[in-house]
Amino acid sequence: MSAPHDDAAVLPQPQAAAQPSAITRPNGRQLSIAAVIALAVVLPWITESFVTFQLTQVMIYALAILGLNLLTGFNGQFSLGHSAFYGIGAYTTAILMHSFGVPYFWTLPAAGAVCFVVGFLFGFPALRLQGLYLALATFTLAIAMPQILKFHGLEWLTGGVQGIVVEQPDPPALVPVSADQWLYYFTLLVLLLMFAAAANLIASRTGRAIKAIRYNPVAAAAIGIDTALYRALTFGVSALYTGVAGALGALAAQFVAPDSFTIFLSISLLVGLVIGGVGSIPGCLIGGLFVLFVPNIAESFSRGLAGVIYGVILLLVIFVMPSGAAGFARLAMAQLSRFRRQSRKP
Amino acid sequence: MKRLTRRTILAAAPGALALASPLLSAFPARAAKNYGPGVSDTEIKIGNTCFYTGPASSYGTIGKAMAAYYKMVNDQGGVNGRKINFISYDDAYSPPKTVEQTRRLVEQDHILLDAGPLGTPTNSAIWHYMNQNKVPQLFVSTGASKWNDPKGHPWTIGWQPNYHSEGLIYAAYILKENPAAKIGVLYQNDDFGKDYLRGVTDGISGKQAKIVVAASYETTDPTVDSQIVKMKAAGCDAFVNTAIPKFAAQAIRKAVEIEWKPINVLSSIGNSVAGVLKPAGLENAKGLVSDFYLKDPTDPRWKDDAGYKWWIGFMDKYYPEGDKTDGFNVYGPSNAATVVEVLKQCGDDLSRENVMKQAANLHDFTLPMLLPGIKINTSPTDFAPVEQVQMGRFDGQAWQLFGPVLSSAAA
Repeated sequence: MSAPHDDAAVLPQPQAAAQPSAITRPNGRQLSIAAVIALAVVLPWITESFVTFQLTQVMIYALAILGLNLLTGFNGQFSLGHSAFYGIGAYTTAILMHSFGVPYFWTLPAAGAVCFVVGFLFGFPALRLQGLYLALATFTLAIAMPQILKFHGLEWLTGGVQGIVVEQPDPPALVPVSADQWLYYFTLLVLLLMFAAAANLIASRTGRAIKAIRYNPVAAAAIGIDTALYRALTFGVSALYTGVAGALGALAAQFVAPDSFTIFLSISLLVGLVIGGVGSIPGCLIGGLFVLFVPNIAESFSRGLAGVIYGVILLLVIFVMPSGAAGFARLAMAQLSRFRRQSRKP
Repeated sequence: MKRLTRRTILAAAPGALALASPLLSAFPARAAKNYGPGVSDTEIKIGNTCFYTGPASSYGTIGKAMAAYYKMVNDQGGVNGRKINFISYDDAYSPPKTVEQTRRLVEQDHILLDAGPLGTPTNSAIWHYMNQNKVPQLFVSTGASKWNDPKGHPWTIGWQPNYHSEGLIYAAYILKENPAAKIGVLYQNDDFGKDYLRGVTDGISGKQAKIVVAASYETTDPTVDSQIVKMKAAGCDAFVNTAIPKFAAQAIRKAVEIEWKPINVLSSIGNSVAGVLKPAGLENAKGLVSDFYLKDPTDPRWKDDAGYKWWIGFMDKYYPEGDKTDGFNVYGPSNAATVVEVLKQCGDDLSRENVMKQAANLHDFTLPMLLPGIKINTSPTDFAPVEQVQMGRFDGQAWQLFGPVLSSAAA
């Protein structure tokens, strides 16, 4: 994290209370980031391999949610089509590995590049659409994707309904970890790089342009921001992030099939986005945790009512944390510092 | 016996006896207690994944009916004194979720075996995992033909008649009616549709009959009218209709409309009276031929049948909220009963190896809700348990079974 204040700059609704302390707080923030990373490094050694696998999935979902967040949280465009980008990323990895024998780590940049191009190209026509209309347009993408993958003209490539089996990456010979642990660390590395890149992007001049479009597109255009280009670019970058997540998802599940990438995945990502906090980068991790674990928790209460319980948990979370986990944390921090300041006064 | 434990030493005496007997020596491990993961003196833990939520949740009742069956087995004392602990997780018909839930079953819950996991893409997703880790994937609830692969995937075994073998049976029926038939096949453009087509093609290979039109449809198509018109125009005199309910009904209706009267075979996918034949018009469906292996719970013929009475009793007591007209609720307990039979045969040797050995060692096993005469048989080279069906002809009211029980192996 090169820019110490980048997370503070990320806040979508800058809170007056948060700004003055932005110079003193980064140390604490950096410390907590370091602590989370340290915990993440240690976790695979103190949990079962299955939990390691689940945590890998959490990180993959977090990355996909970050992709959506870049688009929705920072640029203000809605998408119900991110399952399609996730699927394209997963299939790019699966096809490259299965049909062309490409090593798994090279498939990630390829998946990202393919998704960037598709996202960018889709972003252009989408420019004419705003808000709910864009959500509908991207919805078609999510609906179409499983059928395109099943299309018999492409079956030689996609494997049709049967899908493609993906080999699990083996750890390098000299590294004494299991395959699950290796994939975990590999995902962790990709996640950290991409989170840092996203934080830097948002803190940059480009990032300010992206956010300006969200706050007020007309004013952004008036000060000389090429809104069309930036919107399409954001769409591309967003697709790239979700596509890389899809590629990692294919490695983790060791299998891709059209039915893995339905509209339900898009909705899960959207839920994760809102739970984690719209416009928050660390919040995406909370979103990932929610997406993976809450359906399991709901199911453990009652099989027949799993959907209802999931809904109730979702409502409760939104009620308690209306601006997501990130907003909740900010609020708590603000309360805490106010309390400290007050208690310091005589 | 891999390890020498007190248990194995205590069991050595009967073990020695067993070895001495030439009859029993085929199963030397049976006399000894040999436990795989999830097994104790009082419990056998088995897993399952099913769609309780999501787009295909109407299938979820299969898992619930299975759970009800295991509960009944436990109430009756369990299997060889051990209670069955059936853990079923929801995968919402999403293959990545199946991988996660199955790994949870295997690595966290330490199940002995996966019993009747549901769905083709979902089972495909765990196919390699199960075989790599040598966990029995027993009696998968899907009709794809690829599960019968004892050499390549010795830890996975199917259950129901597969679409390919049904295709063979349709071909045999048509050949008997008209050895020089010109056949039209309507199939869905995916693996299950192609399995049917392959079955019919294999069934007539080397015979005089020919497939003249093989017309596919996509599930997104509005109708299949043009495919039917094409078959009539091409002079087909036999029709194999393997479409899912909506399209099967359209095809039946369209054939009557254009006065096309071929030998009309309807696949088991689309032979529901309520779901297909009523919408198509019961008059229009008269004379259709299809195949069956389970007793249809809505068929009045079974009213006094002992198997049906057992099933109604079971449903009333253990799954009262289940729909008694739903064939899935016949499927679930029938599949579960096959798992229980395998566990019974295992005796005290409840290792994963022996589970697969016994799953491939079922001989003339029958179930209350299988059609009379249909028996479950497996062998180390035959991983397709239910291979027999009986043909039925629709008389305008109900399916009338006719002819002998057919086996795809003989077809």
